[in-house]
Amino acid sequence: MILSNLETVPGRDIVDYKGLVQGNTVRAKHVGRDIMAGLKNIVGGELVGYTELLDEARSEATSRMVAEASAMGANAVVNVRFSTSAITQGASELYVYGTAVVIS
Amino acid sequence: MYAIATTLVLLLIGVFFGTRAEKKHVAYLALREEELSHIIVTNLKSVPDGFGTPELVTGSTVIAFDYFRRFIARIVMLVGGRITMYETMLDRARRQALVRLLEDAERRGAKAVHNIRFEFSRVGSSSQQAQVGGGAELFAYGTAVK
Repeated sequence: MILSNLETVPGRDIVDYKGLVQGNTVRAKHVGRDIMAGLKNIVGGELVGYTELLDEARSEATSRMVAEASAMGANAVVNVRFSTSAITQGASELYVYGTAVVIS
Repeated sequence: MYAIATTLVLLLIGVFFGTRAEKKHVAYLALREEELSHIIVTNLKSVPDGFGTPELVTGSTVIAFDYFRRFIARIVMLVGGRITMYETMLDRARRQALVRLLEDAERRGAKAVHNIRFEFSRVGSSSQQAQVGGGAELFAYGTAVK
């Protein structure tokens, strides 16, 4: 499965459009990470726990999108876009979407 | 009285560690950006053919809005104007996200990354609760080609 946030796949022709595919996941942080984050809120700096959490979540959302695309018989997803929204305090939604296509 | 003392102690800790960490981070970023400068970075959508299979690369970082910065920002907000401290913080975070993206691209043996997008989102608390802390994620993604 080829993923790209370009509108085309350079050097290949798009032979069929399968439609919009998407994947999302909502993640909450846990208490341990929260305590560390509380400390960091005094001195500043990177919240490493959150970075890892969001990375994990984003790859899960992406794999859901890829699963949907392969179920449609696509071999590439183009124009991939990511979006993140804080739903409530402590929970974020990671959302990824793109167009499933068949390339030559 | 205790409240003022606590505020002062927290501020001093923030100034001391914050400034030290910032200096170290800027030096680290300058070094990594130099090392990764062989990768061409653009935000162009159209890429010429013949560079092999494109791959999606990402990089992100979550930063904390610390006590010291929130304190200064609250004072600046009374009169308005530039909040330089947030400017440098966000700039550093964005550069960090880009450096991670380029590290990802380098692992895949890419020569260039096109159509780079940056995204900002709050983590841990919504924008209405910005004054109580939390953090923000800077996320960068793009398409790597060989």
